[in-house]
Amino acid sequence: MSMLSVENLNVWFGHGRDRVDAVKDATFAVARGESFGLVGESGSGKSTILRAITGLAPDWSGNITVDGKEIGKRREKAFFKTVQMVFQDPYASLHPRHSVDQVLGETLYLHGFTDIDTRVVNLLDDVGLGAKFRFRYPHQLSGGQRQRVAIARALAPAPEILLLDEPTSALDVSVQAEILNLLADLRTEHGLTYVMVSHDLSVVGHMCDRLAVMKDGEIVEIMDVATLRNMQATHPYSQHLLQASL
Amino acid sequence: MSETQSLRAWLLTDTPTSRRHAKFAAAYQGWLSFRSNTMAMIGLWILIFLVFVAIAAPILAPHDPFEQTLANRLQGLNADGHILGTDSLGRDILSRLIYGSRITLFIVGLVALIAPITGLLVGTVAGYVGGWVDTILMRITDIFLAFPRLVLALAFVAALGAGIENAVLAISLTAWPPYARMARAETLTIRSSDYISAIQLQGAGPLRIITKHIWPLCISSLIVRVTLDMAGIILAAAGLGFLGLGAQPPSPEWGAMISEGRRFILDSWWVATVPGLAIFTVSLAFNLLGDGLRDVLDPKDAET
Repeated sequence: MSMLSVENLNVWFGHGRDRVDAVKDATFAVARGESFGLVGESGSGKSTILRAITGLAPDWSGNITVDGKEIGKRREKAFFKTVQMVFQDPYASLHPRHSVDQVLGETLYLHGFTDIDTRVVNLLDDVGLGAKFRFRYPHQLSGGQRQRVAIARALAPAPEILLLDEPTSALDVSVQAEILNLLADLRTEHGLTYVMVSHDLSVVGHMCDRLAVMKDGEIVEIMDVATLRNMQATHPYSQHLLQASL
Repeated sequence: MSETQSLRAWLLTDTPTSRRHAKFAAAYQGWLSFRSNTMAMIGLWILIFLVFVAIAAPILAPHDPFEQTLANRLQGLNADGHILGTDSLGRDILSRLIYGSRITLFIVGLVALIAPITGLLVGTVAGYVGGWVDTILMRITDIFLAFPRLVLALAFVAALGAGIENAVLAISLTAWPPYARMARAETLTIRSSDYISAIQLQGAGPLRIITKHIWPLCISSLIVRVTLDMAGIILAAAGLGFLGLGAQPPSPEWGAMISEGRRFILDSWWVATVPGLAIFTVSLAFNLLGDGLRDVLDPKDAET
């Protein structure tokens, strides 16, 4: 059974004449422990799918199933314990006035943990930061360190699915590799299921087992990574994308 | 010496070891950048002096501020032991000025508590919740904003009765709408940011998000705005006092003192000028302080 399945998902913004359909009739399923990629150019609706799954994009229709349970319009607390998200820009996703300790501590508190102090230290160790970063503020951290904190926050409730919204696109190339390796390690360590949005085919090729290619809000093709590596995409747009990434 | 050195190092470290340590370090770094602003420090010293004068008024005042000696009325500067002269009822102006600082601080303190807190509450709730709550709250704010401030305060005082407490209430009621507008504008930019989305994904409710995530970011600019407005608040209180609707005689409120001295302004200029200078100095001090605080507290600058 699939860990996450999305059927006939439509997401739109605005009403009436201003309505913009960001995602049209998207269907895909991600198996437990799998890493699934969503690729496409800017504005093709990749991130919007993640925002619809988490409830950050309120206007959607279709079926979203997580671990066999259908998701309603309101997300339960249990949902946030299963599904977590890492945002694209680590410079925007951490509260500028909260120290690392506050960010992680509050997350743990909200999920009902009581041994917060030990868990904060463990989380920081998990993402390779260590306890000395615990009381720093975001402006005292580099981009890569910030993204590690954001990953630690997403890991805090011990989720099973991690939604990654271009987690490395705001970072330097050298730091990108570090973060990708960290994510790959965490996945094997915690048995996580990934849904990763990226416009970088090499990142997706490195991280994912299967991927969906999106264009103008529609999924045009779902293939596995071997197909990607052998340049055997069938849809003309995916072929075009592959050619462009050479 | 070595102890102060290590304390300094402890405060300036970039790897704090505990929650308290991190807070102290952040506060100390803010203080250092504030201290380097000379004008702001002048403002701060004037205000510290004002607080000191208000606390020590009974010790500092050379005379009883209410004691009338009609034979001694309208004495000039430095006449007969009255350093700043006497007013139309023969009361020592310096003593009245010193006791008046208490009233000024009372007004400033209360308005600074009531108005920004009301504004912050209304603005952040309107901005975060949105929809019809936003519409209702902001239209109420607009109604308050549409009245000229002093006229509205006059109406309130007329309805509630003259007196310093009602003057404070009236000024607060007219002072909160700009804070609400500002807090709402900031909330609108903050609420769509990723770190608010991130805490929403942890299942945090609106109350927690507003008080723990939005307020800390609004408060710094609010504090700056309050200190900059403080001069206007003192002047509004003085204006109400001048019109006879604020502090009632014989209370030595600075605005009321100017009002009394007005009648003798050509013959005895100091009676109105001295409290005027006091209002000017304190207003200026608040402005300087606000300017310095903006440099320290404004989150946009604090990023670097």
